[in-house]
Amino acid sequence: MAAGSTYTPIATTTVSGILTTVVTFNSISGSYTDLVLVASGKNGVATENLELQINNDTGANYSRTVLSGNGTSATSSRATGQTKIRLDVTAYWDTTNISNDVIQFLNYSNTTTYKTVLCRANNAGIGTDATVGLWRSTAAIIRLDLYPTIASGDYFAAGSTFTLYGIAAA
Amino acid sequence: MIGAITAGLFSTGVAASTNSYESIATTVVGSGGTSTITFSSIPSTYKHLQIRYFAQTNRGTYGVDSSLVRVGASSADTGANYSRHNLYGDGSAAYAGGTASATSWTGVNDFGTSTGGIFGVGIFDILDYQNTNKNKTMRELSGVDHNGAVGGFQTGTVTLNSGGWYSTTAIGYIEIKSQTGNSFTQYSSFALYGIKG
Repeated sequence: MAAGSTYTPIATTTVSGILTTVVTFNSISGSYTDLVLVASGKNGVATENLELQINNDTGANYSRTVLSGNGTSATSSRATGQTKIRLDVTAYWDTTNISNDVIQFLNYSNTTTYKTVLCRANNAGIGTDATVGLWRSTAAIIRLDLYPTIASGDYFAAGSTFTLYGIAAA
Repeated sequence: MIGAITAGLFSTGVAASTNSYESIATTVVGSGGTSTITFSSIPSTYKHLQIRYFAQTNRGTYGVDSSLVRVGASSADTGANYSRHNLYGDGSAAYAGGTASATSWTGVNDFGTSTGGIFGVGIFDILDYQNTNKNKTMRELSGVDHNGAVGGFQTGTVTLNSGGWYSTTAIGYIEIKSQTGNSFTQYSSFALYGIKG
């Protein structure tokens, strides 16, 4: 017996012409079971990766394991003790091709366990990634910050979009 | 609808939206743990199914455990009617594998373990599950990360998985276990959703 429709849009940000160095979703409701964040866009100035910080935690509490393909080979990498989760490695955001990152936050509002994040990233001109990220905190996720970060001064290209959805289980 | 475990521990209601993605049922594992997650009497009113899970088993030594999934009309088909292929990375290299004429769908390191202290997460899609004119296919994205090693044993993995069930029977039953025979621990959750066509 179905409990009713879900997969509800929570908020959308479309980057304007203003130099946008971070996109923030704040005061996220705990009313859902999972969150899905769909990011689609380009970098404004360079080739960079999309990175995620949760609840404004700037500590070295993040890690990731990545599976990547670039049209020639498949590779895997890991980074531990990071200050953000890098969501794409090969399918990075550049100034030419649109990159798409679909990020899954499962059981995001529980206060018992660390949080694990899944991401599928694509850049049709470059490659594709599957990433699992860990945030070592038992706090409920209430804020997400997305950065185009490796070098300072980078920004998202105008027209880049970020949409957050909520999914509620029966 | 679901197995023996209390449902809805973390579930909270929200206002219904008008889209075609619906929650069907959820199992949240209680303090006693359980070895099998079951969805039965699955409605036939959808085009596709999706299972979103957050799971850990009590496997010792290793930081990860793998899934074993069977489907059927009203019970699990245990015949050699399944196949699967996977592509996964463990932080050092990428690997690929596959099995034909298998007795289940099997994932690769989908679940965390109490040994590693982390829950794995994943999403199963079972496509066109009611179609009686073709065999059934599934795909899965899953991952576990531990911020490094868990005693040097299988520390974390991200996996892309695909599977076939060689039957034209409509799927009304799904069963999920640990491939190593271990039990799911408290707070593990499995949520079944239907997507209309």
